[in-house]
Amino acid sequence: MPRRHHDVGGESGAGPIDQTEHQLSDWEILADAINQVLGVKGIRRTDESRRAREDMDKELYRSLSYYERWTVSMETILAEKKILTTEEIDRKVAEFEKKWGEP
Amino acid sequence: MSDVHPVSNHLKAGEQQDHEHPRHELSYHAKRVYAIRELLLEKGVLTQEDIQRQIDYQEARSPANGARLVARAWVEPDFKARLIADPKAACAEMGIDATSLNEFVVLENTEKVRYLVVCTLCSCYPRPILGRPPDWYKSLNYRSRAVIDPRGVMREFGQGVADDVEVRVHDSTADMRYLVLPQRPAGTEGMSVKELEKLVTRDSMIGIVDALPAVPSL
Repeated sequence: MPRRHHDVGGESGAGPIDQTEHQLSDWEILADAINQVLGVKGIRRTDESRRAREDMDKELYRSLSYYERWTVSMETILAEKKILTTEEIDRKVAEFEKKWGEP
Repeated sequence: MSDVHPVSNHLKAGEQQDHEHPRHELSYHAKRVYAIRELLLEKGVLTQEDIQRQIDYQEARSPANGARLVARAWVEPDFKARLIADPKAACAEMGIDATSLNEFVVLENTEKVRYLVVCTLCSCYPRPILGRPPDWYKSLNYRSRAVIDPRGVMREFGQGVADDVEVRVHDSTADMRYLVLPQRPAGTEGMSVKELEKLVTRDSMIGIVDALPAVPSL
């Protein structure tokens, strides 16, 4: 069975490790917290979140930041469990954008 | 020890105070997180209190927890034995809640063996003990290289390992989390537990470097 794209242990050609640490943004802290609460409430499990991240297209997986991956996997799981739909999230984002105004 | 982040007011207070942040500048994914929160609140799947409690819980988890475990283990051989034999019970004894971890293993560095922890598949980490993992721990380069070139990686972080010291790498999983018990630095015999705690860095408990020396080099 070929390796999947997240299974990078031992992959050759990786360069130096960026040791810079960024201060988490509020949205990242929020993504982290919502994800954990969904776990505490038994709505999702760590293995499900991993599966949702690992099923992502390789190019997408590698292009996203850590909490962006969490966000995508959270949306996938919530949609699969029919708790939220992508359309509802799209509509809510549009509402926010209207409220927040454009630059 | 710098991964405790202040949470700004608008996040704590919820939507009502969101005007203080230039939110139209948020990224595509950031906007989706706020939308997901709003929808989950509207549908009663979770409450703002649930979210805030989780943020507070996570902010209270920092490498200071791990440092307390390690420093006490350095000065109390009986505690060290308990910490290695049953890490979760030893955490409970110190008032540290590690119950969310399935298996939790403490790896003791010695003169002859050094441990390094990674999660090659993603980012599994002993969050109740060390807080959220640092960016580099989650990076593809660390995940790729830690298992094939641990000595090179450790050198890159500032400390090489002598050839006659064995390096063992542990790959974390959703069900198995690790904490390295670094060696007590030389010359710390007279130090109190509180002073010793300051030498126990997050990175030393991931295993990528030693604990800080007794006298910081200038």
